[in-house]
Amino acid sequence: MNIRVAHLYPDLLNIYADRGNIAVLKARAEARGHTFDVHAITLGDTIDPSAFDLYYLGGGQDREQQIVAPDLSRHAATLRSAFDDGAVFLAVCGGYQLLGRGYRDSSGRELPGAGVLPLETVAGERRLIGDVLLTCDWAGGSTLAGFENHAGRTLLDAGALPLGTVVAGYGNDGESGAEGCRHGRAYGTYLHGPLLPRNPWFADLLLSEALEHVSGRAVELAPLDDALERAAHDVAAARARSRGGR
Amino acid sequence: MQSITRARNGLPARSASPGASPAHTLALVGSLRSLLLPAEAAAFRTLGTISRATGRGGGTTLPGKLLWRVDRGAIAAIARRFTNGVALVSATNGKTTTAAMATDILEQLGPVLANPGGANLTSGVSSSLLAPSRATRAVLEVDEAALPPIADAVVPRVICLGNLFRDQLDRYGELEHVANRWKRVVEASTATLVVNADDPRLAALARGRERAVLFGVDDPRHALPGLQHAVDSVYCTSCGTPYAYTAIYSGHLGDYACPNCGEARPPLDIAACEIELRGLEGSSFTIRTHADDVRVELAVPGLYNVYNAVAAAALAIASGATLANVAAGLSRFTAAWGRFERIPIGDRQALILLIKNPAGANEAVRTLVSGGAPRTAVIALNDEIADGRDVSWIWDVDFEPLAEHLDHLVATGTRAEELALRFAHGGLDRARITVEHDLELAFDRGLAETASGGELVVMPTYTAMLELRGLAAKRGGLPAYWEATT
Repeated sequence: MNIRVAHLYPDLLNIYADRGNIAVLKARAEARGHTFDVHAITLGDTIDPSAFDLYYLGGGQDREQQIVAPDLSRHAATLRSAFDDGAVFLAVCGGYQLLGRGYRDSSGRELPGAGVLPLETVAGERRLIGDVLLTCDWAGGSTLAGFENHAGRTLLDAGALPLGTVVAGYGNDGESGAEGCRHGRAYGTYLHGPLLPRNPWFADLLLSEALEHVSGRAVELAPLDDALERAAHDVAAARARSRGGR
Repeated sequence: MQSITRARNGLPARSASPGASPAHTLALVGSLRSLLLPAEAAAFRTLGTISRATGRGGGTTLPGKLLWRVDRGAIAAIARRFTNGVALVSATNGKTTTAAMATDILEQLGPVLANPGGANLTSGVSSSLLAPSRATRAVLEVDEAALPPIADAVVPRVICLGNLFRDQLDRYGELEHVANRWKRVVEASTATLVVNADDPRLAALARGRERAVLFGVDDPRHALPGLQHAVDSVYCTSCGTPYAYTAIYSGHLGDYACPNCGEARPPLDIAACEIELRGLEGSSFTIRTHADDVRVELAVPGLYNVYNAVAAAALAIASGATLANVAAGLSRFTAAWGRFERIPIGDRQALILLIKNPAGANEAVRTLVSGGAPRTAVIALNDEIADGRDVSWIWDVDFEPLAEHLDHLVATGTRAEELALRFAHGGLDRARITVEHDLELAFDRGLAETASGGELVVMPTYTAMLELRGLAAKRGGLPAYWEATT
């Protein structure tokens, strides 16, 4: 099958090696005999919500977010209809903030969001920087290891679900113990590093949901040799345990 | 030995005995302020000697660390000894090399004080100023984040800013943040500003400034075919429109113009042109000023070293050097510490290329491949504070042209697996990648595959480079780092 991917603003939202996430999704799709067709969508482009199975938004610095936000908000209704139709979203860091309802940045500027995720973000005084480890009870206790670096404090709406529980690190706001957000097939997180190379189970979850969007039925993915991935995860997880959240 | 032990007990980091608490030591040292300056300097210097004698490391920063904390005014007074002024050099990439090149040029005018060994934070810079010296001028390499306090303390006559790339975001914060701090430094200073006109953010600092020298590269034959991955600063600093480039030389450095508001690269006061790159051997080029030009032969390779050389030339000219001094100084220059440095190991040698951020690593890869790509490489990725704890930057490096030619990658360092994954996703077969956490074993593995008389390419991050140099020193190839002169 062919997975059609919209990579939103790759020229502006790419601060934390976002192409690593795309490379991993592509390689793991191709290893199972599927194709992974990435389209770059940037300032001024139009989006056909029926044309994509997976949307990716990466991280950006304040200046890039200021440039992206007004353009992205033009697509708010389009992206929400793609979400309602079951398309998959992965948004990291700055992209995560902008996939919520909005972000008030460190200069006090209000940036509009796409409103796909049920959350809001306000920049805090101190940046939250360091290694992070999460457990995802909804995924059988699987863990995600990454790195976070954000000024934003993200507040989930009442009843909204986090992506994981912080074992070590700061997470959404450094207080609640929640990290990220999962809402239907839309996932947002502060974890970069990049996220997917060392957390292949999550990459496969995104791929199987995207394939389900393509075909309308559940799709099983054959296991791959992930020895290197697991070793990388374990080193990162140990890092988070020994020095995360400081 | 007794005096060493006593003094060592008084060192702040190691102090244990209540009679010599850090506060006590600092108070004692502070009272030295009432003594004559040379005596004060000598007292602080002694601490550095003791630090080296006790083998606690280079001792390059200890005296300065104390002086910085105790008496910042004394630093200004010491800096004033340099009758021909202090020049500060900062940049994301190339500051060590640029400062070393500028020193080689300016030494023809008389002795120059420098800060070797990468001692570029407040403590290292103040320690360097304390060194006994007949120098009448100083050229100091300064960490990007340390530029504001150091510029404030030493009152430089020249500030040379080479480039600003994304680098260790966990440590420096966002690029915009560093740029804004530099802007405040420049606005508060009367120094001659020497900046890279090819870097839009830096060129903007010189706008409307009377004492500014703009340097850059002017040779479109060496332009890249397009923007590299993950470039910064390609949006107009005035209106936010993407720049149109007539030539991109490295990252976002090049000849740009804004199609909307017309902001463009300013005219170059000092340009490198007619550039001939000779693979890994070096380059030759012409340095052109408004008045004259000179041909330069450089023994370190790559376009990025041409950038370092033209920055050094601009700094030196702003400090009184002639074009003849520039050509002579640059022709003498050999690699700075760990930057394309060749270290003999028995009958082989290691070619060490420090990597620390995407822009610098891209240039290292580009230069390596242009000189005939290696078949084996040892790449060491550590994640200590000095390396950047966040290793995601390796995904922003275009390693593919290197991966394409490798028969074997030895991935090492604390985050060896991440590096291995990067190359696996960059097209290198996993069977061709060895993960070996131990740097010494990894290094030996690479050497074993290097023919007698051959050269092994090693790309370490900062702390891995220190470790590697330690290994080389242990095997007799190198002096300890505080003894190295460049």
